[in-house]
Amino acid sequence: MVKTLRIDDQDVSAGTDDTILQVAQDNAIFIPTLCNLEGLKPVGACRLCLVEVEGYRGLAPACVTRVEEGMQIYTQSERLQTYRRMILEMLFVEGNHVCAVCVSNGTCELQALAQRLGMDHSHLEYRNPAKSVDVSHYRFGVDHNRCILCARCVRVCDEIEGAHTWDLLGRGIQSQVITDLNRPWGESKTCTSCGKCVQVCPTGALFKKSKAVAEMEKEHEFLPYLNTIREVRSNG
Amino acid sequence: MGKVSIATVWLDGCSGCHMSFLDIDEALLDLADRISLVYSPLVDNKVFPDSVDVTLVEGAVSNEDDLKKIKHIREHTRLLVSLGDCAVTGNVPSMRNSFKLKDVLDRAYFENAQVNQRVPDVSIPPLLPRVRPVHQIVPVDVFVPGCPPSAATILQVLGELLEGRLPQVGEQSHFG
Amino acid sequence: MDHEEFLQIGEQERRRQAEYRHHIHVCMAAGCLSSQSDKIKTALETEVEAHGESGHCLVKGVGCMGLCGNGPLVAVPSEDVLYQGVTTEDAPDIVKNLGKGPIRHKHCPTDIPFFKSQHKIVLENCGRIDPERIEDYMAVGGYQAFMRVLTELMPIGVINEVTRSGLRGRGGAGYPTGLKLSTVARSEGTTKYVVCNGDEGDPGAFMDRSVMEGDPHRVIEGMAIAAYAVGAHHGYIYVRAEYPLAIERLNKAIRQAQKAGILGQNIFGTNFDFSLEIRLGAGAFVCGEETALLASIEGRRGSPRPRPPYPAAKGLWGCPTLINNVETFANVPAILRNGGDWFAKIGTKKSKGTKVFALSGKVKNIGLIEVPMGITLEEIIYDMGGGIPDGRRFKAVQTGGPSGGCIPADHLGTSVDYESLSELGSIMGSGGMIVMDDGSSMVEVARYFMEFCMSESCGKCVPCRVGTALMYDLLTKIAQGHANQSDLQQLETLCDMVRSTSLCGLGQSAPNPVMSTLRFFREEYLEKLADTELVKE
Repeated sequence: MVKTLRIDDQDVSAGTDDTILQVAQDNAIFIPTLCNLEGLKPVGACRLCLVEVEGYRGLAPACVTRVEEGMQIYTQSERLQTYRRMILEMLFVEGNHVCAVCVSNGTCELQALAQRLGMDHSHLEYRNPAKSVDVSHYRFGVDHNRCILCARCVRVCDEIEGAHTWDLLGRGIQSQVITDLNRPWGESKTCTSCGKCVQVCPTGALFKKSKAVAEMEKEHEFLPYLNTIREVRSNG
Repeated sequence: MGKVSIATVWLDGCSGCHMSFLDIDEALLDLADRISLVYSPLVDNKVFPDSVDVTLVEGAVSNEDDLKKIKHIREHTRLLVSLGDCAVTGNVPSMRNSFKLKDVLDRAYFENAQVNQRVPDVSIPPLLPRVRPVHQIVPVDVFVPGCPPSAATILQVLGELLEGRLPQVGEQSHFG
Repeated sequence: MDHEEFLQIGEQERRRQAEYRHHIHVCMAAGCLSSQSDKIKTALETEVEAHGESGHCLVKGVGCMGLCGNGPLVAVPSEDVLYQGVTTEDAPDIVKNLGKGPIRHKHCPTDIPFFKSQHKIVLENCGRIDPERIEDYMAVGGYQAFMRVLTELMPIGVINEVTRSGLRGRGGAGYPTGLKLSTVARSEGTTKYVVCNGDEGDPGAFMDRSVMEGDPHRVIEGMAIAAYAVGAHHGYIYVRAEYPLAIERLNKAIRQAQKAGILGQNIFGTNFDFSLEIRLGAGAFVCGEETALLASIEGRRGSPRPRPPYPAAKGLWGCPTLINNVETFANVPAILRNGGDWFAKIGTKKSKGTKVFALSGKVKNIGLIEVPMGITLEEIIYDMGGGIPDGRRFKAVQTGGPSGGCIPADHLGTSVDYESLSELGSIMGSGGMIVMDDGSSMVEVARYFMEFCMSESCGKCVPCRVGTALMYDLLTKIAQGHANQSDLQQLETLCDMVRSTSLCGLGQSAPNPVMSTLRFFREEYLEKLADTELVKE
């Protein structure tokens, strides 16, 4: 079964169960995403992939919205671009993302999206929260300063590895990812040290020890079924 | 046509952005025909001129001296450029914002000092409670992220400005 | 239990009560209980005993009588007398004066608009029956609608009746209940669920609590009828753990209904089965959002997920689920008893029936009221509420809690219905109504609600998680007099963005208190702006 619809005035066809995001990607139409990762259950949390659909009252998250016959979708309106930049600004001011001294400088999806979407400074006030770093694990570390709470680590650990070591603690601006019942990562009884969480982390929040600034490259072959390298750079 | 007057200032930063500026290398010679560097750590002039066309600001606003300087500069500059991550985001200097200023000073000058335990206060300006990017103090016209922005980026920004256009750095540079 | 046996129970209870010459009702809802109405009840019973009147005077604990601010309340319904501010010391006088007219100094007139202007459907039994006795509920016709539905109507008949009534969801959004019923009924799946949302969490709201405490069987009956309509055989009542009395009474009611064969298998001898369980909320406001609530019932973290799919198609454990608010379910038995047309005659064109409001704040009569839709705010606040105390002036009324807005004096003529309130940038909400006088700062009001939303945001989506915190920061800055024009501008930009991009209703409506106070009280914000340049420190 095939459906036909329009994205940004381009006629496209789609499978019945496809999401707007899948169809857009198939047709090389760029919709920014952060929490989404092919292979993991979509959660619609980062809101970067919001698009306008004609006849819809509100904006639709492309990652979880199924296509419908005859849909008219707009992905690049001025309004959407403004919102997307604001979401990025929010992420930058919420934590302490100091790209210059980050292990993932140059490979970070947040950094790359800011560049691609033209977020060259933040209108919002930096919150500079006091956040911790847990390096109790023998191979990996988690730097909460750089965590954007996309919950990819939570999902990959639960859905793929089956360990469910990661989860979320607290709520709102106080939320953070935790291992086990908020035990230090190194003392986790459930962690298999597989490293999947580190590979799917979009920023430098999860990293391998011994990596210095800009050294935290993702291993392309690590999880071949997970699209860990995001095509977010315009020339990428 | 007269030369475009350009100033550069160095607030709380590592001077890497100025280094990157100098990395323009031989293109500096072409620039020299079109600009006059009226105030900069690189030249002798100690007083900020009354009217400057473009000022490139490196560094975040961290102390009272920075604060006074940037306000003065803004008043006497037509176009203000935040050059590099410290000016644009606060960057490394702002990492102290997660702590109370007193705790930071105590750690540096008491806990980790073997001798002469005191916070230096002679002939250096007091720190502000929070480090802030330039645009949160005064309006900024152009943002050039990067740590540092590459020489090519700086050259492109200057080129645009000299052509009378407001440069869009866009995808040419990124944070970090 | 067959038809006859069932009707017999109610009849017996009516006869039992009729044998008493005097009836004394003591409010045993949370408000009066916290003023020790249980001790008053004991004192009254002791006094009745002492006068040898035990056989002639029935002292009964009942649910909320409405005028909570004047509690503890005691009523002598046989003489149409209401006492307010009662203490244990008043017990002898009350008993002594039975049949001789009210004791003066505690007498509360009942011919005032606060009582007269009410139209009770949901609250019809509240304050009249003992919520802890199923017999008392049956004595006033309880469960008869359910029995008639099971024995005389097809599920579609129930749906049609509710559709005809025009009932809309009382949780705040006002979705047509009949349509929801029919969607769940049509959804594919053999297992379906009915869920009652009793996670009432708006500051200043206590409508659902009062219904659950005062007439728990009514909620159960509404759910059972709805379950029959959609083909569900199991239901959950999700109640916040902060309502221990409601939980206790609901549990008791469920046990009684099970014992009476009203819940369980082959109900009233039909082949319809329905069982009910209570689930406790652990204190998260966001669990009032339906998808978060369902996640919480499933034992997962209570965070919302994008809709569609709606619970009607994919709800609890992926099964079609009917989820409605307490008050919505509580309307259902009356609609089935009196017919959809009867209900549709009450209220306005688009908002039918009545609405229960928790009237509080700077108003003379504080308490619980049920009014027909279409009544004006002015009638509620001035006639029923008795106006503003202490010679102060009215400033605004807040409806809809943290998702609602503040309505100023100019708009007091507004009709209370879903559309009119949302046109004013507020919402009907679940029914909290907080009156504010000229001593209230609207910036502080907005800041208070934003703080609430910030700490109650689940943190899943970026706009709500970060946006509420940033808006709170800005409102604090404004309240402290440190903000400037561009801060105010940024606040408005954030309002628009958070509203348009948040994942669930909590975030989407979090800016409402700010936007409505900016709309009607902008000058209060402007007054607080500092005349400085961008810099502060």
